[in-house]
Amino acid sequence: MNYIGIDIGSTAAKTLVFDGEKIVHYFDLPTGWSSKESALRVKQKLSSLGIDVHSESTKIVATGYGRISVDYADKVITEITCHGKGAYYLFSEDSVVIDVGGQDTKIITIEKGAVSHFLMNDKCSAGTGKFLEVMANRLNVDIDYLFSLAAKGDPIPISSMCTVFAESEVISYIGAGRPKEDLAAGIIQSVVSRVVMLANQHDINGICILTGGLSHIPYFADQLSKKLGHKIYTHTLGKYAGALGAALISAEKLTK
Amino acid sequence: MLKLPENFHSYSEARKEGFIRLKELKETGKKVVGLFCSYTPTEIILASGAVPVGLCGVNEESIHFAEKILPKNLCPLIKSSFGSAISDTCPYFYFSDIIVAETTCDGKKKMYEWMNEIKDTHVMQLPQGRDGYGALNSWRGEMIRLKDALSSKFNVKITEDDLHKAIKLVNRERKALVDFFEIGKLKPSPISGYEINTVVDANGFLFDTEEKINLLEKRTNQLRNDYESNYKGQASRPRILITGCPTGGVREKIIRQIEELGADIVAFENCSGPRAQKDLVDENKEPYLALAEKYLRVNCSVMSPNPGRIKDMEIMLDEYRVDGVIEVLLHACHTFAIESYRMRKFVTEEKHIPYLTLETDFSQSDTGQINTRISAFLEMLS
Repeated sequence: MNYIGIDIGSTAAKTLVFDGEKIVHYFDLPTGWSSKESALRVKQKLSSLGIDVHSESTKIVATGYGRISVDYADKVITEITCHGKGAYYLFSEDSVVIDVGGQDTKIITIEKGAVSHFLMNDKCSAGTGKFLEVMANRLNVDIDYLFSLAAKGDPIPISSMCTVFAESEVISYIGAGRPKEDLAAGIIQSVVSRVVMLANQHDINGICILTGGLSHIPYFADQLSKKLGHKIYTHTLGKYAGALGAALISAEKLTK
Repeated sequence: MLKLPENFHSYSEARKEGFIRLKELKETGKKVVGLFCSYTPTEIILASGAVPVGLCGVNEESIHFAEKILPKNLCPLIKSSFGSAISDTCPYFYFSDIIVAETTCDGKKKMYEWMNEIKDTHVMQLPQGRDGYGALNSWRGEMIRLKDALSSKFNVKITEDDLHKAIKLVNRERKALVDFFEIGKLKPSPISGYEINTVVDANGFLFDTEEKINLLEKRTNQLRNDYESNYKGQASRPRILITGCPTGGVREKIIRQIEELGADIVAFENCSGPRAQKDLVDENKEPYLALAEKYLRVNCSVMSPNPGRIKDMEIMLDEYRVDGVIEVLLHACHTFAIESYRMRKFVTEEKHIPYLTLETDFSQSDTGQINTRISAFLEMLS
């Protein structure tokens, strides 16, 4: 059997295949402008791996922002439940899971292996991947390079809470000739602060796990850990936590 | 999977039909009193021979009219109420001879100053708490002041006998409402929360209290029979209790959505529920004191302190066999927002029931996020 989790976020479409015992494949594709398109590309990629999404021996759970676009999925589940499930599988411990997504940042408390409380950022994109994307564009660098710049900088405080106003603030600092490294560090600190503000609304009793794309950037995890005052655990499959959770749910719920 | 009856009237249909009825009433010379809140003693209005009508404050369209005068970061309910009033888009406001309001929160009381410039607005000075020195006495005084205001406005004499009759009538209406609410205690519930919410709000557009009581009793009986023959013994979906701010303005976005996503709303611990109805006015006491006592007991978050809300919540969670609580907070509603943490703590730590807070306004801009939050919460319950 192939139990597949497809997590279509606003930036990347993550797919993971679980055979009931172990993880057999995982890959990610950029979401692009259309989640329908990415759902189709995921299907093609799976087919090139010899997996037919319509086969009886394939069960699929779709999650993430674009979950309803996966028209060949057997079930849709929210990214909250999936990230919680995936993170619990990776660490087998009660925890607070922090997922900085492209569009939404989520803080999820896991108790006895299940979600007991969660929070998402409000409509505003500060404290999400979107904020980093906008700022990296403004500095004319890619996101990975933004982090390596930041590691060398001395953060300039960015006081605005709103992405658009913060962007104006960054523009004025660029105009004033402030070093790119210091700006990059300030930008990362701004995201870290917003995430910590949200995370502090949860009682942290277990371990803290960072999932999502940013969990692969040690500098970010390190900054988050300092500001939060808790050790942050990451995993090589952190980015796939949502897809993994979705695959596990398909194995649990869709088998007869 | 909404269980709406065949002859179900949507809120907007009820509102439209009520408009025609009210116009006809006005043509017969009836006086109309517009009101907003469950602190308004409708008994005194009825005793003056006028009809009380709940005013509009649930649509987004009227908000931009209000924002010419009121700040943007104000509660959508206040902006919508005022916007409907100044833009003449609320026929009920248009037909009201006088508005009766209370100093329930800072936003509303300051808004009423502006409203008074458009239409005679009588504001009752609600005490900020129940325990303060003279709170009850002062609220009783406000009852008498309202009686005087209506007497002189309509040039009528309100006798204690009129008031006694009105108290008895409204108590009967309350009992009928509470019986209707208690249908939600049945498991599985034979009525959708969407219907409960709509029926209660649409009731404000019926002007004959006897008719209201009859309709409620009829529907309650129907539902009891429906339960016995069609629902009893069936499986129940997760049972949700709604708490927090009034939900009229988010009926489609939240109330309907919760049920479409797979749960049943069985109870409302807000203005649309039994909060203001479950205890009656003492029919044997001096009427103004009895009214003051009853209305001071309403467990709105504007009261400080407000321990009664927690007590009521506990009873409701048990009696309605609730699986999850969803709290609706309207932007900038400070009193409910501040009470939120206390409620969450009580519900999750003492009753061990999951709790979700949705902070929102009347716009559609957060529909996607709201859906994700509700879905994730329901996944938590299953």
